[in-house]
Amino acid sequence: MEAPIAVAAVQDALPGAIEAVSYWVGDWTLIVARERLLEVLEFLKTAEATAFDYCSDVTATDWPPRERRFDLIYCLYSTRLRHRIRVKARVAEDEEVESVTGLWPAANWLEREVFDQFGINIVNHPDLRRILMPDEWQGYPQRKDYPLEGPGELLMENPQDWLRVRNLPDEAADLRSGAGPDSEIE
Amino acid sequence: MTVPAPRASTSQFDTNELVINMGPQHPSTHGVLRVVLRLDGERVLDADCVIGYIHRGVEKLCENRDWTHIILLTDRMDYVAAATNNLGYVEAVEKLMQIEVPRRARYIRTILAELQRIASHCLWLGTHAMDIGALTVLLYAFREREFVLDLFEEFCGARLTYNSMRVGGLPLDIPPGWDRKLRSFCDLMEGKLDDYETLLTNNRIWLKRTRDVGVISGEEAIGLGLCGPPLRGSGVSRDLRKDEPNAAYEEFDFDIPLGTRGDTYDRYLIRMEEFRQSIRIIRQGLDGLPEGPVMGKVPRLLKPPAGETYHAIESPKGELGYFLVSDGKSTNPYRFRVRPPSFCNLQGLKRLVRGHLVADVVALIGTIDIVLGEVDR
Repeated sequence: MEAPIAVAAVQDALPGAIEAVSYWVGDWTLIVARERLLEVLEFLKTAEATAFDYCSDVTATDWPPRERRFDLIYCLYSTRLRHRIRVKARVAEDEEVESVTGLWPAANWLEREVFDQFGINIVNHPDLRRILMPDEWQGYPQRKDYPLEGPGELLMENPQDWLRVRNLPDEAADLRSGAGPDSEIE
Repeated sequence: MTVPAPRASTSQFDTNELVINMGPQHPSTHGVLRVVLRLDGERVLDADCVIGYIHRGVEKLCENRDWTHIILLTDRMDYVAAATNNLGYVEAVEKLMQIEVPRRARYIRTILAELQRIASHCLWLGTHAMDIGALTVLLYAFREREFVLDLFEEFCGARLTYNSMRVGGLPLDIPPGWDRKLRSFCDLMEGKLDDYETLLTNNRIWLKRTRDVGVISGEEAIGLGLCGPPLRGSGVSRDLRKDEPNAAYEEFDFDIPLGTRGDTYDRYLIRMEEFRQSIRIIRQGLDGLPEGPVMGKVPRLLKPPAGETYHAIESPKGELGYFLVSDGKSTNPYRFRVRPPSFCNLQGLKRLVRGHLVADVVALIGTIDIVLGEVDR
């Protein structure tokens, strides 16, 4: 399968920026170094041959044992040329990523969701807050090491208390199974 | 008695400014949306949406379920257009596994998706008109929506959360006589649409409340990531049914209505025209419905090879995208991500309401057509 014009254009204009290109079930993905991410995205948006003016989605994937555990993924679309591409960068937990809200204002809430659900540090974002979870929430639900059932079901009112309980795993397990302090009184 | 110290000079803050909450319990926010408005008198200076009140962690839940068991969770996102959510998901899995779907199944899927568009637009029309003050339309639109729900009930047994599609096809063929009922519904709906338009299209109050309210240019709408009718209202020709045809759309003949002004009235006209185009697609689907099976060859246990894909379809609200990652080892998706159209459109509210009156905020929430189940997931 021959790479489409968009992929070739980036490879010509920014040599070395693309680490790998992948093609799977009809989708093209560019894998880019985190440091050059903004540069590549800006090129994709502005260049004539690519013209990706529409940011469909910004999301992430967590691959825990890996050192740079997150894949940050941008799904782009061009309303003029009607083609799609995905751009992917590997990010570690303590690394920072430049916000793309300057290029696509649409990324504002999408990046907030990535921050909220994965805890990826996005810098130069105009309004980086949690969006789906409450502001005082601790932890990042979409990470693979976050339990499906949440931090516990004890004190729905105060998430801070949840975490306090979570740090004492045995006691929390007792409480959940009904063998808590109450049952000792009996 | 102590006298409270006088406040700092009033010139330090603008006494005209007032911050109020609209919602989360407000009938016009269509669920639990909270909009924090900064007002100068009746004029909106700024707005901030607070969402997440019914966040259920659908993405996380789906990552811990079988590929098949996810279908019924997708129902619970945009619960007024559940069949469209099913369609987007099963097609994404089919794309990931490269499964061939029988032509008859693709036709019925198209019909169901368009029927769902009619139901969703009926709900939008009723609530949008009610928010602006035309209560009659709500009663009429819900009456017709009831017929659609009856048709769905006859097809799959449920009225709202259908679970109506399977990876590789459909669980059931259409029941005998269903096509005849659908045809008579199409005839009925066409007449009712004229009734709605008589009530609204040239209504002076309706025009006053919607013309030049929330105007947005095409370029700005693209930048903000608007999709569906709000994007087409600004004259951007983008409909995934045409641009990236899914189901059987490439075999059908239909038009994409476009707006010119990008205001609330144009978005209204577009959705009214989409009703008619949906009826046109349904009729073509029934006329050309091919014979054959409705289920393709699918392994009993779904286990897509390692890989990822993004598949988007045109839901009644806009671009509904599914980003799925399979690790090739387990029977669950490794990553399940939904690109919800309402979420991305709601982002534009902040831009649309600026400079308008409080009463227009209500009209603008209506014109975006949000479903909070999908925004919050």
